Amino acid sequence: MTRFNVNGNDVSVDVGDSTPLLWVLRDSLELTGTKYGCGMAQCGACTVHLNGRPVRSCVTPVSAVEGAAVVTIEQVGDGRIGAAVQEAWMQHDVPQCGYCQSGQVMSAVALLADNAAPTDADIDAAMVGNVCRCGTYARIRAAIKAAAARLA
Amino acid sequence: MIHPHPMHHRIGLAHQAFAGDGAEAIAEAGAAVSMSRRRFIKLAGASGLAIGLVSTGGVRAAASSGSDAAELKPDQQPNAFLHIGKNGEVTIQVNRLEFGQGSHTGLAQVLADELDADWSRVRAELAPAGDAYKDPVFGIQMTGGSNSIQNSFTQYRELGARARAMLVEAAARTWEVDVSTIRTREGRLISTDGRSADYGEMSEAAMALPVPASVTLKTPDQFRLIGKPVKRLDTPAKSTGRQFFGMDMRRAGMKTVLIARPPYFGGTVAGFDDARARAVEGVDQVMRVELDRGATGVAVVADGFWPAKVGRDHLEVRWEAPASELPDTGRLAAQFEALLVRDGLPARAGDTSGLAGAARTITADFRFPFLAHSPMEPLNALIEVGGMGAERRCDIWTGTQFQTIDQGTVAAILELEPQQVHIHTQFAGGGFGRRATPTADYLADTARVMKAWLAAGRSEPLKVVWTREDDVRGGYYRPFTMHRAEIGLGEDGGIAAWKHTIVSPSILKGTAFEAFLVKDGVDATAVEGIADTAYELPVAVSVHHPEVAVPTLWWRSVGHTHSAFVMETLIDQIAREGGRDPVELRRALLRKHPRHLAALDLAVAKSGYGEKPLPPGRAWGVAVHESFRSVVAHVVELSIEGDRPKLHHVTSAIHCNLAVNPRSVEAQVQGAVLMAIGTTLAGAEITLRDGRVEQSNFHDYTVPRMPDMPPIDVHIVPSDDPPTGVGEPGLPPMAPAIANAVYALTGEPVRSLPIPLG
Repeated sequence: MTRFNVNGNDVSVDVGDSTPLLWVLRDSLELTGTKYGCGMAQCGACTVHLNGRPVRSCVTPVSAVEGAAVVTIEQVGDGRIGAAVQEAWMQHDVPQCGYCQSGQVMSAVALLADNAAPTDADIDAAMVGNVCRCGTYARIRAAIKAAAARLA
Repeated sequence: MIHPHPMHHRIGLAHQAFAGDGAEAIAEAGAAVSMSRRRFIKLAGASGLAIGLVSTGGVRAAASSGSDAAELKPDQQPNAFLHIGKNGEVTIQVNRLEFGQGSHTGLAQVLADELDADWSRVRAELAPAGDAYKDPVFGIQMTGGSNSIQNSFTQYRELGARARAMLVEAAARTWEVDVSTIRTREGRLISTDGRSADYGEMSEAAMALPVPASVTLKTPDQFRLIGKPVKRLDTPAKSTGRQFFGMDMRRAGMKTVLIARPPYFGGTVAGFDDARARAVEGVDQVMRVELDRGATGVAVVADGFWPAKVGRDHLEVRWEAPASELPDTGRLAAQFEALLVRDGLPARAGDTSGLAGAARTITADFRFPFLAHSPMEPLNALIEVGGMGAERRCDIWTGTQFQTIDQGTVAAILELEPQQVHIHTQFAGGGFGRRATPTADYLADTARVMKAWLAAGRSEPLKVVWTREDDVRGGYYRPFTMHRAEIGLGEDGGIAAWKHTIVSPSILKGTAFEAFLVKDGVDATAVEGIADTAYELPVAVSVHHPEVAVPTLWWRSVGHTHSAFVMETLIDQIAREGGRDPVELRRALLRKHPRHLAALDLAVAKSGYGEKPLPPGRAWGVAVHESFRSVVAHVVELSIEGDRPKLHHVTSAIHCNLAVNPRSVEAQVQGAVLMAIGTTLAGAEITLRDGRVEQSNFHDYTVPRMPDMPPIDVHIVPSDDPPTGVGEPGLPPMAPAIANAVYALTGEPVRSLPIPLG
């Protein structure tokens, strides 16, 4: 039994220790906003915040989150930065297919939590692990800058 | 311009499809695409023909006159597409898959504009499989060929206009006034006598009225939504994790299935030991299953993805390779090279006699790899079978581009009638063609797994999920392709003769589409972009379609992915060798094509090409190409940093006639540009060694990432003509624009994708 906190709620799950957090979120807790894209931390679609840091939940065993606080896309908008990022995403009409966008938003929020005024190079470095096949990168970049400006 | 009269538009369509000067001219030029499209329509149930022959005249007749709903086809009935709630909320059924391209919003805009709806109260849903939702031109339910808006533009306008006329009629009857005294505005009916009502108050009475056969459509100056940069309806859900995709669907009691597939295309299970797999907690069942293209595999059924994955990892399967030779990229390259020197099937006639006496010749060989689509959402489908006898039904929840074909394929496997197969179209996380398989491969496999499950006496719903590795190794690639061009130049630098040979496995031979898109042995999708080039060139094209035991498929912009690269890089080489400016040469060769010139001139003007001095080490690269009836031009600024091309800026212009949603058009061009950039990057290729695909996931199959996206400006050529394709046309000219800038810097023409480094 692993106990941790998801989006402010204490949960306990009875799955094998090596089960990735991604599948605990999606299959056990029915929080399907977090996406499966590659299963090996190559695409970022599964990004969540673990004690405030972005992690790839597809390679994070559930045993590693015992006692920790996990925030997912379903709740990130409750924070000031999350709300500003999601607002900017809507203003810029960022998503196309939208499948990668949960992970993009989670990475962007983590970036702005660390760096209030990211340069293009900062954005490249923070977002390089999040793949978008539709090609929304230009709008993601613009939305991150807009959110930063709004938060300043 | 847009014809405000629907009959004119219909006749226009028929004209274009059956006897148009344009179509004939292209057909004469040897382009199989238009010709075949014509045959397709003819053979595919003549829905286009029916549209063409309905001619009642009186297109300006009042909305309520000439009512005869019996004349109308299911795809013309507002009730199938539109629900207006008592609260005035409008729900529109969209007859296409939404997988990023924006048709979900675009088609809702089109209908809502003619309906005079209040956009803030409009929602849109993806329609399930059904006759009303078939493409009005092709006669099957499908999403592809950048056709969503172009083929349903008039249809959705008419649906909106018909519903509006019915609302007006209902109000006129209720208020006992003439319809001419009622106008509409943002979801309200307003009478000259001062009375008014919300659409919601009249909708029940309105939708029970006969559907008017003819309606008057708006003129472009009356549009309130069409042509406006409306925000996407799905953006809020997609920005907050609330958007449901097929992958997220669940049903009570559902099991998750992963399939162990053979490492060779067409391979089979010689035997397997599942003891360790069955010992994994959560694994319920392990079954041998039949798979696509005669293969067999082993399905692991479990409670959730992870047990299914671990169970599959613990299977021990002995695989048998197919009897045929195992495909190997190295051997294929040698085989294709041997074919390049021989004449293939004629795809376009041209006089090549000028080659012999040419002052100079260019001989250029090109090579393009297999490419996987790799949409972000791996393939998946949820299937449920229930009921007995006449009540027997199969329900499938999935993101698919090909509902009609899927329905028929699944029905045959489960021994049902197609109408017993209910496909609930789900939002899809990308597709790029992968969800439009003539074999319906992933849904056929899903149905076969369900068949085995039922045979085992089980009936719980099954969600069959692909891993990323299954996706990368699963075939249905953009075909490995080679081209050879032999070009004879005259003393004046003019093009005297051009002999062009293409070697490309046919995507469509052996499929249901062969009858429509393969003519005299030539697969139109292999030669498009060269055989029907707009350039005034004496090009003779022949093609070889070698049999290759690798499943191939259309990949965003299909044959144009390679043909535009070949044509556009050669045009640059001809220009430079002849001392001409590449833009000036293109203008000369395109002088009879105003849409090409408009796109090219707009991109050139906005970029500053030829005016703005570039820093040392930078060069311009230009390309222009027509595909899916739209023309796109890109102008890039590029330098070479180390051994890698670096894009500093991209200026794009698209001529897609009327841009229904300029914001979406911009997004599609940006996305297509990025996908094309991806094809130039090292590692963007699928290779095979002794029948096995060598790549497996995003660490060894390169996809473009944030740092690969340059600053980009997208410009749209203003037009009121009926919309043409948007989802794909931005892709073909981008890689050659990059290559042309590299050529300008290095003096070495680029002959392959990805662009070789070092």
